[in-house]
Amino acid sequence: MTREMTGAKMVIQALKDQGVDTIFGYPGGAALPIYDEIFQQNDIRHILVRHEQGAVHAAEGYARSTGKVGVCLVTSGPGATNTVTGLTDALLDSIPLLVISCQVPTFLIGSDAFQEADTVGITRPCTKHNWLVKDTDKLSSTIHEAMHVARSGRPGPVLVDIPKDVQFASGTYEAPKPSTSHYKPRLKGDLEEITELVAAIEKAKRPVFYTGGGVVNSGPAASQLLRELVDATGFPVTSTLMGLGSYPASGKNWLGMLGMHGLYEANMAMHGCDLLINVGARFDDRITGRIDAFSPKSKKAHIDIDPSSINKVIKADIPIVGDVAHVLEDILKIWKSRGRKTEVEAVSKWNKQIDEWRAVRCLTYRQSETSIKPQYALQRLEALTKDRDRYITTEVGQHQMWAAQFLGFEQPNRWMTSGGLGTMGYGLPASIGVQIAHPESLVINVAGEASWLMNMQEMGTAVQFRLPVKQFILNNERLGMVRQWQELLHGERYSQSWSEALPDFVKLAEAFGAKGILCKDPKDLDDAIMEMLDYDGPVIFDCLVEKHENCFPMIPSGKAHNEMLLGDADTQGVIDSKGSVLV
Amino acid sequence: MNALQIKKGATKHSAYNLRPAFSEIEERHTLAVLVENEPGVLARVIGLFSGRGYNIESLTVAEVDHTGHRSRITIVTKGTPQVIEQIKAQLGRIVVVHEVHDLTVEGPSVERELAMLKVVGQGDKRVEAMRMAEIFRANVVDTTLDSFIFEITGAPEKIDAFADLMRPLGLAEIARTGVAALRRGL
Repeated sequence: MTREMTGAKMVIQALKDQGVDTIFGYPGGAALPIYDEIFQQNDIRHILVRHEQGAVHAAEGYARSTGKVGVCLVTSGPGATNTVTGLTDALLDSIPLLVISCQVPTFLIGSDAFQEADTVGITRPCTKHNWLVKDTDKLSSTIHEAMHVARSGRPGPVLVDIPKDVQFASGTYEAPKPSTSHYKPRLKGDLEEITELVAAIEKAKRPVFYTGGGVVNSGPAASQLLRELVDATGFPVTSTLMGLGSYPASGKNWLGMLGMHGLYEANMAMHGCDLLINVGARFDDRITGRIDAFSPKSKKAHIDIDPSSINKVIKADIPIVGDVAHVLEDILKIWKSRGRKTEVEAVSKWNKQIDEWRAVRCLTYRQSETSIKPQYALQRLEALTKDRDRYITTEVGQHQMWAAQFLGFEQPNRWMTSGGLGTMGYGLPASIGVQIAHPESLVINVAGEASWLMNMQEMGTAVQFRLPVKQFILNNERLGMVRQWQELLHGERYSQSWSEALPDFVKLAEAFGAKGILCKDPKDLDDAIMEMLDYDGPVIFDCLVEKHENCFPMIPSGKAHNEMLLGDADTQGVIDSKGSVLV
Repeated sequence: MNALQIKKGATKHSAYNLRPAFSEIEERHTLAVLVENEPGVLARVIGLFSGRGYNIESLTVAEVDHTGHRSRITIVTKGTPQVIEQIKAQLGRIVVVHEVHDLTVEGPSVERELAMLKVVGQGDKRVEAMRMAEIFRANVVDTTLDSFIFEITGAPEKIDAFADLMRPLGLAEIARTGVAALRRGL
């Protein structure tokens, strides 16, 4: 189907034809023609944010919780530059996004026009791909191609920059058709390598699955297949921050999260295993710790859709390039056809060893009668919400790690957090995007007060669109993770790591037209959480917690997995000069 | 270190797997990258190298297929085997990159570079420069009473050698294209 229309109309038509029903955006001069088209239709809902960074994080929340491409619309210049953090965040966490940025008219490009920025130049390193469309006839096909690139292979953010004259001009609209793009990442893994992995599975005495965001990105089928494989083999499974929920936290083979603030049993299993099966994770430095001491005795299989992930950090003995669901399906098929063999006795011995590590109970903390421990707050939040239809977002810092440790996820796409980039200010706008996608569900942003303030303007968005997002702020009046590192690494010199002149969060909530709840006594905590849950509208929950609590377990920088710090250990001088240059 | 260990061309499935992927030895590789000729494609490739801290020893680019809008970028780079593999994988990940060939690994290839050298001088030096140029099969493409511009084509080492010889004879300016390369045979 082809027909004539303006570029602005084409943008809306192309998005509609791509199945987009929601866009997050903020208008401006160069975007006016598209905004005029938005005004004249009802198929696509526009969510007006308060800052373009909020639009991108909201679209990320929308994308992560639905598996669909999140879409943003911003104006030229500052509108576009404000998306850079969100684009980089989505690139590092492989989140499919389409940002449509508007541009000054083509005849003004290069003249330092008002609100002109070299948007494709600025966003080139922080997108999977980007386009400047100079010809209205190419606009619709570019948007279709952009959606294809965003969602195919390893997902990621893309940007289409549209000059204002291209929006006004008329051109021929082309409906989406099966992509003719040469960009077709491989989905099926090499069967020879998969068979090699199956043989390794059959012989493994101390195996472990190390899963990541790739399982979530591959879709619900991947999580289903992972569960089947884990349960059938009886192998223990751990996950990165990004992959939480793909294997249920209540599953009997679940080890908990691994890595810098991962669980003792998970990291010890990684260190001691003889077969490490990486499923859609990327050996991030938060996971590996010291590279030369990382899982020293294991054979390593690595399943990843992105060939550049393989051998980037850790050498893979069995590299498998392919989509997680496709590869897991083939593993199961081949393993079953060869008689479903495992070293049952050895694996059960290994699981017993893991139970001993579990018995260390690494998440134990000292309870307090007088102040709310952040871990306790999360334990209560978990107890009171785990049976609900619940989505969790977080900001970045100690609270994020505690949330990963103390909240259990039974399903994928229920946990939205900024992993790779560690973007403070992510959680509030992300919770808005999640709530838009799941209006009937409970959406909680577990936050720290400092992170939360970075994008607090988005409370306005939550109130405007009647989004009952719950902002659960663990308020320690500190930049907790920075403070913890300064304690461990910089002689307890707490440089700029406290939150001075904090707002009264209850009054702030009221000023926005939301509900505010303050809680500082552990005895009141359950009632206060219930009050938050029962309120039909956005809530800012100011939970005053212990100010100097540290997040444990912790693998100090430059150390190996078996050199974890557990809670009350003496933390002085644990990181040497070599480790302290690492972040 | 065994000399054989730095032999190139072995892959995972080769009988001569002599190239440890995580070796610390730096190798020079010539990569041919076929890309869509669209605005910004060179910036993507160069940005990849600068952003990830890889080396570029030389880089040439030109459209080679006008109807298909394909350009060929020839990059000479240096790195450990792991870095070279990463460079190839990262290049392959760029959406507008169609093919990445490691000419150093894929078998014998021909590498050529063109250079122009301006040599300023009179008398014996001028005669000597001319004689050297003949030995190197360099052509004179411009001449005045006081200067020549020589055009020379060859492997980069040949151009280096020629430039070294011209230096005492009055080499004033040099322009080089960087390496273009093709695999030998079919």
